Amino acid sequence: MAKMWINMGPQHPMTHGLWNLRIEVDGETVTNSEPVIGYLHRGWEKMVEDRTYPQIIPMADRLCYGSSYTWSHVYCLAVEDLMELEVPERAKYIRVIADELQRIASHLMWLAAIGPDLGNLTIFLYAMRERELFMDLFQSLCGARMTYNYTRIGGVRNDTTPEWERDLVRTLDFFEKRMVEYEDLVDRNVVFRMRMEGLAPLSAADAINLGVTGPSLRGSGVDFDVRQDDPYEVYENLDWHPCVQPDCDVYARYRVRMDEMRMSVQIIRDALKKMPKGPVRVKPPRYAPEGTGMARMEDPRGESLMYVIGDGTEKPFRLKVRSPFFVTLSAAPVMVNGCKVADVPSIMGMIDVCMGETDR
Amino acid sequence: MTSIDLWGGMDALTNWLMDDVLGALFNWLGLHGLADFLMSDTLGTVIMLLLIGIFVFIVGFLVDITMIWQERKMLGRLMDRRGTMVGPLGYFQNIADGLKTFLKETIIPENADEGVFNLVPVLYIGTSVLLLGTLPLSTQWYMSNSELGVLLTFAIFCIAPFVILLGGWASNNKYTLIGGMRAAAQIISYEIPLFLAVVSVIILTGSMNYGDIVAWQQANVWLGIPLIIGFIVFFIGIIAEAERVPFDLPEAEAELVEGWGTEYGGFRFGLMMLTDYFRGYAGCAVVVLLFLGGWDGPGFIPEEIWFLLKAFIVFAVMIWVRGALPRVRTDQILSIGWKRLLPLAAINVFIAIALKALGVF
Repeated sequence: MAKMWINMGPQHPMTHGLWNLRIEVDGETVTNSEPVIGYLHRGWEKMVEDRTYPQIIPMADRLCYGSSYTWSHVYCLAVEDLMELEVPERAKYIRVIADELQRIASHLMWLAAIGPDLGNLTIFLYAMRERELFMDLFQSLCGARMTYNYTRIGGVRNDTTPEWERDLVRTLDFFEKRMVEYEDLVDRNVVFRMRMEGLAPLSAADAINLGVTGPSLRGSGVDFDVRQDDPYEVYENLDWHPCVQPDCDVYARYRVRMDEMRMSVQIIRDALKKMPKGPVRVKPPRYAPEGTGMARMEDPRGESLMYVIGDGTEKPFRLKVRSPFFVTLSAAPVMVNGCKVADVPSIMGMIDVCMGETDR
Repeated sequence: MTSIDLWGGMDALTNWLMDDVLGALFNWLGLHGLADFLMSDTLGTVIMLLLIGIFVFIVGFLVDITMIWQERKMLGRLMDRRGTMVGPLGYFQNIADGLKTFLKETIIPENADEGVFNLVPVLYIGTSVLLLGTLPLSTQWYMSNSELGVLLTFAIFCIAPFVILLGGWASNNKYTLIGGMRAAAQIISYEIPLFLAVVSVIILTGSMNYGDIVAWQQANVWLGIPLIIGFIVFFIGIIAEAERVPFDLPEAEAELVEGWGTEYGGFRFGLMMLTDYFRGYAGCAVVVLLFLGGWDGPGFIPEEIWFLLKAFIVFAVMIWVRGALPRVRTDQILSIGWKRLLPLAAINVFIAIALKALGVF
């Protein structure tokens, strides 16, 4: 068969979000590929220049519906850096807990999405079922289920209640049992392993050179985690370690995310134990000083970064977003070339696509 | 053993219809020539065969939509959801879905090869429904009782991959083309182990007639027990033959949208969906006939019920497999077929020969 170009997207079951992976196939083998993005461009960075600092928080939530909390969090961190605000200790712990809850919810959505990519719907429904629990937790924490608007410049909107903390502990206990169920379904399943092991190798050198961060980088055996290497909030006080897998293949990326969910549970438990009493919010100034603020944090998809320039008014002069998936996507041709057409969805699903943050 | 006498019943029905109703009516009207023609044996045979065909199809169709309902309901429970909910236990959802596809527009792609494109659904559906005619439900409920019944079934079974290749090609779409090519690649991987497993059955029973095979199993033992390896190989092969998960490569919806059937919409899509289950039912039926004793069972229940019960149980295992496994890749199905199933099937043939030669059966 002659070589031909196939559009995997923008209207295609493989694409989680709206993008296009053009692949050149020779029979079933992918020989060349080219990601095409920009279908979801909203001019986010320009839009926020016309909004006051607090108004941008819900906008930051909309960068990625899968992990909206982490985006409003990194925005608040950047603005706090600009305004030189000190956040109360309790708020920091609550933020970490919410961060890790969001990480679990986001990873569960990823786990759900790889099921249909590999051709099995059971894991999709199982993961979505447990994600519902974390949505419920967020709902009782801040009233919203997907775009939370919970974090504030200088703290969080409201304190947690004892009932919420009780529910949280119960949910985590329940969730750990369900994690075993996922591993029974996926890890102990020969066909799942057959589809994932040894697939799409991405060496540590390649991953670093292409700027891949997050679970995909740790799946290549690089021990890098912003939470560890540039700690923000209270991560250095907590008992945890980054999850690294040395195998560089799709299965390693899968294992990293599964281990991270367990690690997140451990972090939340530890943070609940160490969380002090006290206020959760300080009042931020209305006008930011002239200068710059920068914050980076470990998003479920990798390293997210926001850089904000203040010009003394109530609106930012410029806000730059470094989206983890935008950078990770540049590694797609390296991973996809040479594999089979059937593996393209599983490879792309395994790096956890989120187009909202990529196109902005 | 009780069973329903299809041929005898249809003969009586035809005689009553042609002689006592129509013949008597036209005789009363004075049209004696027409009445003689209606009462002739030749026409009676034709009408009887037609009636048998219709009855076999109706039963097959009912089993088919019941299997779709079984799959949707059971898969739903496996996935911790409810499955279909329309009507009693969700049974009417299929009917609602089927009626919906009637209302859809038939779209033929502009650049498609229109003749072949239109012919493919006819061939795919036709050959799959034809399978029902080769499968007996009991000693007396059958449409054809050929001496080469097993061969006939598989000959008809094997037409579909070729039709799929044609359909994928004629649609003039890159996804459908890859899907069609996959069907061709898939057939060479599972057909040979599948036939070797059938060969072991034929060696032991000495017949290609379903009735004889089942009679042998009633007299001796269900073939799934001595030929357990062959049974497993055959079951895996028949899942691939029916194109069900994990071997539904030609319609891999993750990467190929809807695979070879991407361009077929509306009622054609509905009928093809239905046809997939005809093939699933035929696959289950062959498994039951060759390895699970066919209609063998305690006599207080009619043979047909035993047969269908076993077919539904085999289908339940297929649903279970679908709930647990993801789709394998094209190169992996080839390696499974050639490196795993083929040696196992060969070993199974040796076992069958040994059993026969040593005079165990």
